[in-house]
Amino acid sequence: MNPILLAVLLVSGIGLVLGVFLVISNRVFAVKENETAKKIQEALPGANCGACGFSGCSGYAAALAEDKTVATTLCTVGGNDVAARIAEILGVEAGSVASVKARVMCQGHKTARSYTADYTGLSSCRAAAALYNGGSACAYGCLGYGDCVAACEKEAISVCQGVAVVSPALCVGCGKCAAVCPKGIIQMVTEKQVAVVPCANKDKGAATKKACAVGCLGCKVCLKACPEEAIRMEEGLAVVDAEKCVGCGKCVAACKFGVIKMV
Amino acid sequence: MLKSLIAVFLAAILTENYVLSKFLGICPFLGVSKKINTAVGMSLAVTFVMLLATAVTFPLFVFVLEPNDLAYLETVVFILIIAALVQFVEMVLKKYIPSLYKALGIYLPLITTNCAVLGVTMLVLEKHAADASYTFLHAMVNALGTGIGYLVAMVLFAGVRERLEDADIPKSLRGLPITLIAAAIVALSFLGFGGIVDGLL
Repeated sequence: MNPILLAVLLVSGIGLVLGVFLVISNRVFAVKENETAKKIQEALPGANCGACGFSGCSGYAAALAEDKTVATTLCTVGGNDVAARIAEILGVEAGSVASVKARVMCQGHKTARSYTADYTGLSSCRAAAALYNGGSACAYGCLGYGDCVAACEKEAISVCQGVAVVSPALCVGCGKCAAVCPKGIIQMVTEKQVAVVPCANKDKGAATKKACAVGCLGCKVCLKACPEEAIRMEEGLAVVDAEKCVGCGKCVAACKFGVIKMV
Repeated sequence: MLKSLIAVFLAAILTENYVLSKFLGICPFLGVSKKINTAVGMSLAVTFVMLLATAVTFPLFVFVLEPNDLAYLETVVFILIIAALVQFVEMVLKKYIPSLYKALGIYLPLITTNCAVLGVTMLVLEKHAADASYTFLHAMVNALGTGIGYLVAMVLFAGVRERLEDADIPKSLRGLPITLIAAAIVALSFLGFGGIVDGLL
């Protein structure tokens, strides 16, 4: 027999046998997949960040397909677009997603803050928090060792001058940084144009002033300046109510220490 | 007979370890060795494919390809068979162990191009050609031993990598560079097994 023909026949014969074998085993080992869940998963962004509270995009898709009471608006990464698409697939009314971004409630960078000791231990916020706050005079502020930077999968956080800074353009609002911060100073805030008091120091004014040049002293000047009564005092700290704030910026101008910022 | 089988088995695990002394199958060795349980799952999948592949390719080569002067087709035919077997393993895992299926991810279909599997099926043929007493049984024992050698290498290295996670590594060496250096040191330590099997038996 022609050796070329034989080789071609042999290889195609093996291919055919294997093909039949695979078709049969595909039937035998078939896995039923939920069509709706598959469609929803395609609509989801696939970031697998866990911001929705499920184990990832596939977990959220499976939960949505099985349980109609699961909200369609839990994906903060995809926002309203994705919520609308999920609602379309499930045939329910679309809701709106409150898009949130992480924000570090401290701006006490190295030159503004005072220190009581030099910390040379483990380069981790959790370790520093356990050892006299890494020598920082402020017991509430950012430690600047970047546990949040390590937690962020989107590389949206960087440490600048000893304070973590979130880049809103990169932040998807998954909240992982807020969970690892030992000081609990990362808050998830709405994207609306509002005034923010980026300080977490609950000490009395004089003690705050000693520890940090840009700490909120609780002087209440901003309270009086706000025409909407959107600012209230909580444990010696001015807090802006994002719902009421109209973004007029009068509090920013009133604060003598330049603590309040617009975001 | 039994003695030679044991010698083949031990040699496949220690002296001729495919990953650490022949440097075959490095891709999944570096890719899936981050955690011990995925490393074990991957090695077991590779072992299974090696055994099945040898069981099919060895008789095919000896009884079909060689008598017809088609030995030059071995790479093409073997890859075809391995690819089909990997597809089969994928279906089985997806059905019965979905968590492992997800953990292995892209590395599972990549077993197809894992040169350790092709290496096992092809190198035993050389041994068979050189020595007629190297039978099908030896080839199967060799495949099993290679798979277990793969498991040993993966688990050892996964242990090393779990320690690396906590180490303070210079910035320029983080990630793959330090992994490759660690792999080289583990491979170096396997040199110590050289000649041990001949000495034992």
